[in-house]
Amino acid sequence: MNTLPSPAVAPSLAGLDLARIHELRAEFPILARQVHDRPLAYLDNAASSQKPEAVLRVLDEYYRHYNANVHRGVHTLSEEATAAYEGARLRIARFLNAPSDKQIIFTRGTTEGINLVAHSWGRANLRPGDEVLITEMEHHSNIVPWQILRDELGFTLRHIPITDDGLLDLSQLESLITPATKLVSFMHVSNVLGTVNPVTQIVAAARAVGAKVLLDGAQSVPHMPVDVQALDVDFLVFSSHKMCGPTGVGVLYGKRDLLEAMPPWMGGGDMIREVKLSGSKWNTLPYKFEAGTPAIAEVIGLGAAVDYLRQVGLPWIHAQEQALTAYAYARMQEIEGLRIVGPGPEARAGLVAFTLSEIHPHDLAAILDQEGIAVRAGHHCAQPVHDRLGLVSTARASFYFYNTPDEVDRLAAALEKAAQIFTF
Amino acid sequence: MSTDALYREAILDHYRHPRHKGHLQAADIQYHDHNPFCGDEITIELKVENGVVVDAAFDGRGCAISQATASMLMEEVMGKSLDELKTWDKEFILDLLGIEIGPVRLKCAMLPLKALKAGVWGLDEWPE
Repeated sequence: MNTLPSPAVAPSLAGLDLARIHELRAEFPILARQVHDRPLAYLDNAASSQKPEAVLRVLDEYYRHYNANVHRGVHTLSEEATAAYEGARLRIARFLNAPSDKQIIFTRGTTEGINLVAHSWGRANLRPGDEVLITEMEHHSNIVPWQILRDELGFTLRHIPITDDGLLDLSQLESLITPATKLVSFMHVSNVLGTVNPVTQIVAAARAVGAKVLLDGAQSVPHMPVDVQALDVDFLVFSSHKMCGPTGVGVLYGKRDLLEAMPPWMGGGDMIREVKLSGSKWNTLPYKFEAGTPAIAEVIGLGAAVDYLRQVGLPWIHAQEQALTAYAYARMQEIEGLRIVGPGPEARAGLVAFTLSEIHPHDLAAILDQEGIAVRAGHHCAQPVHDRLGLVSTARASFYFYNTPDEVDRLAAALEKAAQIFTF
Repeated sequence: MSTDALYREAILDHYRHPRHKGHLQAADIQYHDHNPFCGDEITIELKVENGVVVDAAFDGRGCAISQATASMLMEEVMGKSLDELKTWDKEFILDLLGIEIGPVRLKCAMLPLKALKAGVWGLDEWPE
């Protein structure tokens, strides 16, 4: 895959609200850290974002003032914990414009959300002859669960290929989405290419044949407004820790009739209405899918993160990231031997994966780390897309609203330094 | 640690000009291994006479640390007995590299020795 002989565009700071970015940065204590005696430039947000005081505070408050299990005790602490936990669910429902908070299921993260749908909806609905359609750019978490289930159930797993410039190749969509297609499961934004996929077009094609749609929002929900009713997806999954929230919690949104009809996938406490030794009855939504004590503090923290993001403003966040990405793209294009994978800045979200000459991405990441710059190197849990690119791995700089053009400049300078160290 | 220390000149030299890189005509021992996290790959080949290494080669692709370590390791194995190779460990590799190294990059550095020892011990697969 040959990416981009895109015309070089002069780097521009147009559209960046630097004053507000610096105000917001001050709310993230970790961003004041030094790494190797240099200010931290955290450019690994696609892997995990940093947390603002507003989120750290509620985690601390929970453990200091009302730590207790939810849905159980009648004592004050448990009631307070339950109210905070369920309050977070309601806030997340509003954040996504979901019709009801009963359609918000807490999981451990995006991966668990996809596995939940595979094991619950998939087992109940997929048989030999059926097809599940994914894409060539998926994260392993949206490939492997379907392969495991395919081997068990005998349905067919197909994929939408990608074009040379890193977009989904929708020219064959009609032959890929057929009456045999029962589910189309794909990422909203690629964690390697940065590509923003055309959800509306794919949903329309799926609807035309009666297929369901699962959208992996891990790289979109933190960065842009996502309205589940406007997108009309059947399932949406995402993770808390990439959107200013704690690790260990994520969300599955589903259409109500689908969730109602789906069997539970884990059994235990909280998910039952009645248990007898001869058999059990399931609890109602959303508890049917939340067996065991949930990640209470983390869910409350995610609720605070959602409040925080709403207050900052998702449209503003999206606009800032677009402006910074365009700047980074132009700066990086100036570096000799640097190859950016994926589409041009107009079609990508806030991340740039790249290679630099023949330098191994791990060596690049190690040199950048010495300069205080955090990027990720590797295959980013997306080996098939790297195979398609003819690469083993890439380095990736990924942005959030608190990143600055100054950090991009430091990245560019450090890459120039790496090129010098590894000149042969 | 500065970049200069992590990529000291000897390491860069082995990375740029790997010794014993390629394949042997008739290897007595051959072992291939890879690091699934970063995709680094290494193949080690040894020619052995009377229990002593008389020729050695490696092939592979990966970061400077893994490839330079493989190159250094191939120089070290020449003329050594298989019994001696079996005693080499993490400390041996760190002494060879002469740098401090974090846990993630340590996997890069250890890959060549893992492949070497698995080959010498005749393992099908490295035990987890």
